[in-house]
Amino acid sequence: MEIIMEKPIKEPKILDSVIDTSLKKTHKIAVNGAKVWYGDFEAIKGIDMTIKANTVTAFIGPSGCGKSTFLRLFNRMNDYVDSFRMEGKIKIDGNNIYKKKVNVEELRKEVGMVFQKPNPFPKSIFENVAYGLKIQGIKDKKFINDRVEKALRQADLWDEVKNDLKKSGLALSGGQQQRLCIARTLAVEPSIILMDEPTSALDPISTAKIEQLIFELKKKYTIVIVTHNMQQASRISDYTAFFYMGELIEYDKTKIIFTNPSIKQTENYITGRFG
Amino acid sequence: MRKIKELIIEKSLLSSALVTIAVTLGIILVLAIEAFRFFSEVSIFDFFTDTQWTPLFTEKHFGILPLLSGTLLTSFIAIAFALPIGLSISIYLSEYAPKAFRKSVKPLLELLAAVPTVVYGFFALVVVTPFLQEIIPNLSGFNSLSAGIVMGIMIIPYISSLSEDALHAVPDSLREASFGMGSTKFQTAFKVIVPAASSGIIVSIILAISRAIGETMIVAIAAGQQPRLTLDPTVPIETITAYIVQVSLGDVQHGSLEYRTIFAAGITLFVFTFLLNTLSYRIRKKFQEKYE
Ligand SMILES: Nc1ncnc2c1ncn2[C@@H]1O[C@H](COP(=O)(O)OP(=O)(O)OP(=O)(O)O)[C@@H](O)[C@H]1O
Ligand SMILES: [Mg+2]
Repeated sequence: MEIIMEKPIKEPKILDSVIDTSLKKTHKIAVNGAKVWYGDFEAIKGIDMTIKANTVTAFIGPSGCGKSTFLRLFNRMNDYVDSFRMEGKIKIDGNNIYKKKVNVEELRKEVGMVFQKPNPFPKSIFENVAYGLKIQGIKDKKFINDRVEKALRQADLWDEVKNDLKKSGLALSGGQQQRLCIARTLAVEPSIILMDEPTSALDPISTAKIEQLIFELKKKYTIVIVTHNMQQASRISDYTAFFYMGELIEYDKTKIIFTNPSIKQTENYITGRFG
Repeated sequence: MRKIKELIIEKSLLSSALVTIAVTLGIILVLAIEAFRFFSEVSIFDFFTDTQWTPLFTEKHFGILPLLSGTLLTSFIAIAFALPIGLSISIYLSEYAPKAFRKSVKPLLELLAAVPTVVYGFFALVVVTPFLQEIIPNLSGFNSLSAGIVMGIMIIPYISSLSEDALHAVPDSLREASFGMGSTKFQTAFKVIVPAASSGIIVSIILAISRAIGETMIVAIAAGQQPRLTLDPTVPIETITAYIVQVSLGDVQHGSLEYRTIFAAGITLFVFTFLLNTLSYRIRKKFQEKYE
């Protein structure tokens, strides 16, 4: 059984001591004492957390509480922010990804990311999906073709685009573009997929498609998704983490968070009585 | 009262626009009329096939090819010199350099385009040519090589600055996407950002070519005044622009056939730069559609 669901967690401080992040082999991601600063501003104030393989974990919380910052720690995307500084350990499959020796490019092949606004490259649909393979130096045409088709099928886009793979990715609708971005991420076969509000720019039908997709994908991937949509979090995630002002307030099975949260702030937030 | 004021402003803006158009049309009209008169005496076929240009000699030939080759040769050298440097600078500034560095270096580079071309011409003649003569002993005092190189220096900012604008305009979301896929900085720059900005980069190159073709002072001073159909960069040549200057400043009688050659040469030049500008306009329009 997971430690995090043993007991309702009353305070983050208890969480710190209960979780021994370094030992759990079943944990895909283990965060230990993570703190983040942008300049003098402390955006993440010491978070411990573990995420199990093949689950969907939702990050919720009010705007500016640090969800994106925390999520982007997992593929080191914050590294590009000049004022960014962090402390603590983030282990993926047991390896601290902030160690000096870590090859960030290799890490990102393992930890894919889907962004808030669909951002396909201004290239053909095929080239978009093949991009990750090509930058790895893969030349085998048949291999690439197969992977592209597989990824597009997994992203439930194949039937819609199979006849015009040469068309620009930008010519697709917003929802299709986002599925293209998911396919692009899947093509390199990462084990973790990070999604930062992947449906916030999409219509309800496209959103439903992507939610369905996430449900399918968790069989093979570990998914962490940031969302402002409470229904979405409750529909698709197995675990939900509630953040507030740079702290992890409550983290539990989604069912528990949404039916019987143990902390008042969480309850206020999910019922919309926040702030 | 306010209405009248607005009306006056509107009308004066409109009239300055109309004056500009009228002047442009007037120039084209004069060019066309004089060129038409020229071609009533010299056949267009000879103009484009004769390999000699000697309108000022007793034995007259009116073949534009030597002037054209001079223009294209110096422009080609200029672009060959400016393109790799300009593009490297733009990619470095946009994708690698710290923001503060970019902000201070870009205006400095643009200064290159603000140096009077007569200074460049002299620089080519009295600095670059003697220097190159150390390496290439049989280089003539007037030649297309040093004129082309110095013209290249002059047009570097056209390429670097406009390309940098195009690269910089590529949304950061594409950089994030590329880094997120595990690309290195180099892969991101060359496989995502440069292709995404390609139309803007091409436009910058076309404008630079256009500028090189129309450049007068540098070639008039440093490349010589000897119309010659050649691809040899070490010998004196003459460009279309340099020829026009030569005749305009000379004592050729107005209204004579010799005088009209400058209009024939001028309209050839005009057609070239017009085509290039149209091309860049088209590309720019297509580029806009892509991001809308
Ligand atoms: N690049 C940055 N430089 C400085 N401060 C930043 C930067 N990015 C984020 N912050 C700050 O860090 C805090 C957390 O930001 P973050 O984007 O992680 O919040 P979020 O929970 O994802 O919010 P939202 O729901 O609006 O996306 C905010 O106060 C924000 O202003
Ligand atoms: Mg966010």
